[in-house]
Amino acid sequence: MIYPDSKIVLEVRGLCATVNGTEILKGLDLTVRRGEVHAIMGPNGSGKSTFSKILAGHSAYEVTGGSVMFEGQNLFDLAPEERARAGVFLAFQYPIEIPGVINSQFLRLTYNTVQTHRGKEELDPLEFDDYVREKMKLLEMSPDFLERSVNEGFSGGEKKRNEILQMAMLDPRLAILDETDSGLDIDALRIVANGVNQLANKDNAIVLVTHYQRLLNYIVPDYVHVMEAGRIIKTGGKELALELESRGYDWVGVEHKAVAGAVA
Amino acid sequence: MSATLQNLVNQPYKHGFVTSIESDVAPKGLNADTIWMISTKKKEPEWLLEFRLKSYEAWLKMEEPIWPNVHYPKIDFQAISYYSAPKQKPKLKSMDEVDPELLRTFEKLGVPLHERMALAGVAVDVIFDSVSVATTYKDKLAEVGIIFCSMSEAVLDHPELVQKYLGTVIPSSDNFYAALNSAVFTDGSFCYIPKGVKCPMDLSTYFRINTEESGQFERTLIVAEEGASVSYLEGCTAPAFSSNQLHAAVVELVALDNADIKYSTVQNWYAGDEKGVGGIYNFVTKRGLAKGVNSRISWTQVETGSAITWKYPSCVLLGDNSVGEFYSVAVTNHYQQADTGTKMIHVGKNTRSTIVSKGISAGHSNNSYRGLVKVAPSATGARNYSQCDSMLVGQNSGAHTFPYIQVANNSSQIEHEASTSKIGEDQLFYFAQRGIDAEAAVSMIINGFCKDVFQQLPMEFAVEATALLSFKLEGSVG
Ligand SMILES: Nc1ncnc2c1ncn2[C@@H]1O[C@H](COP(=O)(O)OP(=O)(O)OP(=O)(O)O)[C@@H](O)[C@H]1O
Ligand SMILES: [Mg+2]
Repeated sequence: MIYPDSKIVLEVRGLCATVNGTEILKGLDLTVRRGEVHAIMGPNGSGKSTFSKILAGHSAYEVTGGSVMFEGQNLFDLAPEERARAGVFLAFQYPIEIPGVINSQFLRLTYNTVQTHRGKEELDPLEFDDYVREKMKLLEMSPDFLERSVNEGFSGGEKKRNEILQMAMLDPRLAILDETDSGLDIDALRIVANGVNQLANKDNAIVLVTHYQRLLNYIVPDYVHVMEAGRIIKTGGKELALELESRGYDWVGVEHKAVAGAVA
Repeated sequence: MSATLQNLVNQPYKHGFVTSIESDVAPKGLNADTIWMISTKKKEPEWLLEFRLKSYEAWLKMEEPIWPNVHYPKIDFQAISYYSAPKQKPKLKSMDEVDPELLRTFEKLGVPLHERMALAGVAVDVIFDSVSVATTYKDKLAEVGIIFCSMSEAVLDHPELVQKYLGTVIPSSDNFYAALNSAVFTDGSFCYIPKGVKCPMDLSTYFRINTEESGQFERTLIVAEEGASVSYLEGCTAPAFSSNQLHAAVVELVALDNADIKYSTVQNWYAGDEKGVGGIYNFVTKRGLAKGVNSRISWTQVETGSAITWKYPSCVLLGDNSVGEFYSVAVTNHYQQADTGTKMIHVGKNTRSTIVSKGISAGHSNNSYRGLVKVAPSATGARNYSQCDSMLVGQNSGAHTFPYIQVANNSSQIEHEASTSKIGEDQLFYFAQRGIDAEAAVSMIINGFCKDVFQQLPMEFAVEATALLSFKLEGSVG
């Protein structure tokens, strides 16, 4: 929801980045304020996941220009784990499997680590078990997932739920959900979207990366951005997503080039 | 490999310090005279001198093994000193009299002496006799008839037992290093559990290595009589700069009917520096003979040190229904090389063996699992389950698996599973994204990977092993 005079959570200016020498982001601008839900759409390979991972601090990407401020501080001054502790959360498009590491132990370590850095109390295993089971109910997840290795052998949809479970536990300031909807069946989409909606409040912000309108039926965005070739080339309200759904992306690019041409 | 991962695997050796201990050392070189001198100095009986000389003759005719997947310059066996006696320390009346340097050593290891000693149920074969502790445990063990002492003492006080079993599991001619050890061993541990006795506590030699140079050619013999059981802990977190580069120990276990021996090791010898300079060559022969029916021999090892490890704790399953187990974690980093595994020799009927091996290679190291499961025609109904998993940390390390299976009857069941995985940047990034730094992440992944083996360790040893692995692969970043 858009609140007047709300504080800026994320301010991205002219962000450029390369991977293995190839330029992927080419001057990306985005401003996100507390309370808002933003959707980023755009064709495959336009750089949406790259942008998400750069915000989280993945070392494979080199930032070659521009700036990112998070809650008033330079995001690039923080190591990836410090960003997470400060409240940047990324639900991965492809959550990785970690064989041998038990989910409940992983979840407790991440929860307690983040809590400690926020000056809050840690939970012992028993307390944590109660806490996490409560959160799992929100996502209608079976407690069986606690005893399995992190994401190992989870179905695509189960992995996504496990991501949102962590979002629910870690209470982020900025949550970036990279195609959390893909791989979810119809019921799961509703459940996960409900979960996300319950977590959204006036103090945090959510950036949804998605290809489909159906997620946006549940989580209604305040802004919809179109990303192409490493830039945000159009921004609109929630109706933009509907228009994209019916017309595709081509016209946005054409329109953008026309505007750019006129300016030049 | 990224800078983080690079740093993580390049932690300096944390236990790298030297405790100076006085000793008188024999001149370099090996011949019959040297052996005679060792035997005389130790006031050994005639039969043992003969045993040594026979071993020496066998050794002369043997060649150094070249089949392991390890590489090192040729060893000059005439350039080694084969005897070094620790000076007898005066008996101490209290902890205050313990050499403060030694106390500091334990503190550096993160094992404060008082805590260590207080650990419930661990009898430590302490050389610097702290009257209170050593006597208490010795008395307690003596009450039930258990003999737990150094090999030298055993030779003098219980010669008939030593003579009956020494070399019966690993004959002198077994292999090059076993023959060498049989000729020149100086000390080690002896442990005898009489019929029907369940050893009331874990037996440990944790401290011995620091105070005595018995590490070089150590000789250990454990005998469990009918229905007896014992859990034995061997830990060698040694000073970094051992005066001996070559270590060739021999450990023999004998389990009679219904007896049970569990042997756990945490090995952390100096591994050389990060360029591969220095470090111990650890060429060990360990074998257990499950001689009686329903007997069980179980090896658990956590190998983290040494420049080169060559070691195959094995079980000969002679008694019907006997059980052999091998649980191993081997970690190599920098330029370390490990070729380790086990042999399960099934002879008796319905014998069962389990092999769980976890190899972790980081840096430029090379880690090989080598295992033999051999089922004799007589071993009808034998079963083996093997699981060999390798984990690679970084791009430059190697993991290899050499399983050998020989089955000579058709009523046996052999199962073998293997896997190779990697701690990748993306896993570490996932942890980081959830607030967990690389150090804690590696520790969690490794502990998860090794869980099946750590579960086998006695509680306090498991904690130590976990810490050691952390030293090895993590330390404090940056
Ligand atoms: N590590 C890498 N090495 C080489 N190219 C990469 C790497 N990571 C991303 N790219 C390239 O960067 C471009 C942007 O990829 P990215 O994953 O950000 O796209 P996306 O917008 O998320 O696409 P999708 O909608 O398919 O998820 C792609 O062309 C991709 O191939
Ligand atoms: Mg993507």
